[in-house]
Amino acid sequence: MADTSHIPYRFLQDPALYRIEQERIFQGPTWHYLCLDVEVPEGGSFVTTQIGETPIVVVRDNDGSVRAMVNRCRHKGALVCVEPRGKSPTLRCLYHGWSYHLDGRLRLVPFEKGLEGKGGMPACFNKEDHGLIPVRIEIFHGVVFGTLSSEVEGLEIYLGPQMCQQLHRVFHKPVQVLGYYHQVLHHNWKLYAENARDSYHATILHAFYATFKLNRLTMSGGLVVNHDGWNTMNYSIGASLQEGEYDAKELRSVMPDIGLAGPQLLDHRLEYPDGITVAIQSIFPTCVHQQIYNTLALRQLVPLGLDRCELHWTVFGYADDDPELRTLRLRQGNLIGPAGYVSMEDGVIGEYVQRGIAGSARDEQALLLMGGSDIASVTDSRANETTVRGFWQGYRTLMGAALDE
Amino acid sequence: MSDWMSDWQLQLRIQRLQTRYVHILDEDRLEQWPALFTADGCYTITTRENHQAKLPLALYSCTGQGMLQDRVTGYRRINVYEPQCYRHQISALEVEADPAGGWRCRSNFLVVRTLQRGDMSVFATGSYRDRIVEQDGELRFVERLVITDSRQTDTLLVIPL
Repeated sequence: MADTSHIPYRFLQDPALYRIEQERIFQGPTWHYLCLDVEVPEGGSFVTTQIGETPIVVVRDNDGSVRAMVNRCRHKGALVCVEPRGKSPTLRCLYHGWSYHLDGRLRLVPFEKGLEGKGGMPACFNKEDHGLIPVRIEIFHGVVFGTLSSEVEGLEIYLGPQMCQQLHRVFHKPVQVLGYYHQVLHHNWKLYAENARDSYHATILHAFYATFKLNRLTMSGGLVVNHDGWNTMNYSIGASLQEGEYDAKELRSVMPDIGLAGPQLLDHRLEYPDGITVAIQSIFPTCVHQQIYNTLALRQLVPLGLDRCELHWTVFGYADDDPELRTLRLRQGNLIGPAGYVSMEDGVIGEYVQRGIAGSARDEQALLLMGGSDIASVTDSRANETTVRGFWQGYRTLMGAALDE
Repeated sequence: MSDWMSDWQLQLRIQRLQTRYVHILDEDRLEQWPALFTADGCYTITTRENHQAKLPLALYSCTGQGMLQDRVTGYRRINVYEPQCYRHQISALEVEADPAGGWRCRSNFLVVRTLQRGDMSVFATGSYRDRIVEQDGELRFVERLVITDSRQTDTLLVIPL
């Protein structure tokens, strides 16, 4: 088995690996969160997104089915749909007006027969051969996933049983989008993928969690891994225990003299019978699904180059939220996103790593030894990096020998 | 006093409130920031993307001076970020009387953010939508809605706009 407890810094710095990742990770046997089906409510509704660098459009066809295509005109390669979200009876490229049906078939090429018999496309040109490239999708409880791979197993097998259960737990009834955040991060995309799986940092770096007892490693909770560690979840149950552990550790994150002047920020409602108050689920490679108290969100990470990436947050509630619950969710929006009390640090910490590893030698590496070196679910302690090792298990498996060159 | 004189005086008074506001933020005197609002004043930062789509999610969503003070506590003591400062440019103030009392104003802002190593960038531009009232002889914000033109936040947002 590959070493997942020692990760060379060069994995985060090598432009050649970045190119190979696009092919083997993003175009490889992986599933990617694309959007929610409620974001394409009617025939002609579309959402533009990406799988890695590849532009994707998700469309609702007039027959009600959801489809996804590579958002690239078959003529010159221009984007067909440009807006983040919209509605259109056909998909029409602006450049030369090539127009596609909602299922991706090419329907019109302006001047295909030329003018008065002169010019135009050759007689052998067949529009049926030039539809938008279809993208395989699966919709699980209203969450649309896509893959550029024809080989990858079905979505539910890929996710694993507990990952499916967690999506079912949150998406058990219709959701409603409350808004979006978009955050540009100045580091390699894998640092965020690690960060989201890292339960060790969460209550130390994010002092707000520990100070207000929202999440502490001493609370009961656990780490879950599925699919050989590729997909993971870190959860905690919001009853505080053994507070002395924190107070004795001289953590910056515990400041007993700090109180809130607006304590309504922490008002919340237990929504799920399991009592879990914080659950962060990571689906390999770049999807994060969060429940932090009453805030529910899907985060999609898109690489923008070797040391830049963008995090797209879709924050939602349930369509049947009562006004009080809706107010709680929106007020708790202060906790999350680029300005969130418990998440803003993640915007900069990866950049500090990227800057810190500059100039490192080829054999310098990160240590992921908390809790040993295996990759397995843990129910008795979250002082453990097993979920981070799980990410690197997926990464090493797909990248293979390219990492040794 | 003629109407144009009183309009002009009002415009100047509101400009003075705006000026105090930006100096408090840009000179890192954030402890004075909540007092520019009424006790139950609201402060919201959202993006044009969310605002135009009538999506209620915001980056900052504070109701009452207490929640504003907590943002200052977060900035001073709890949150981790690269040390930074803002420089605001404000312009195009438009004032109209609010039938419900006080005034409704809008103005433009541009914020340049400077990080500790000297990196400078246009961090945000957008529109302030304000509701302002007079209390004890002072103008205060009942509501300040900040709508950023860009949907993106570079790295993080810790200091209010």
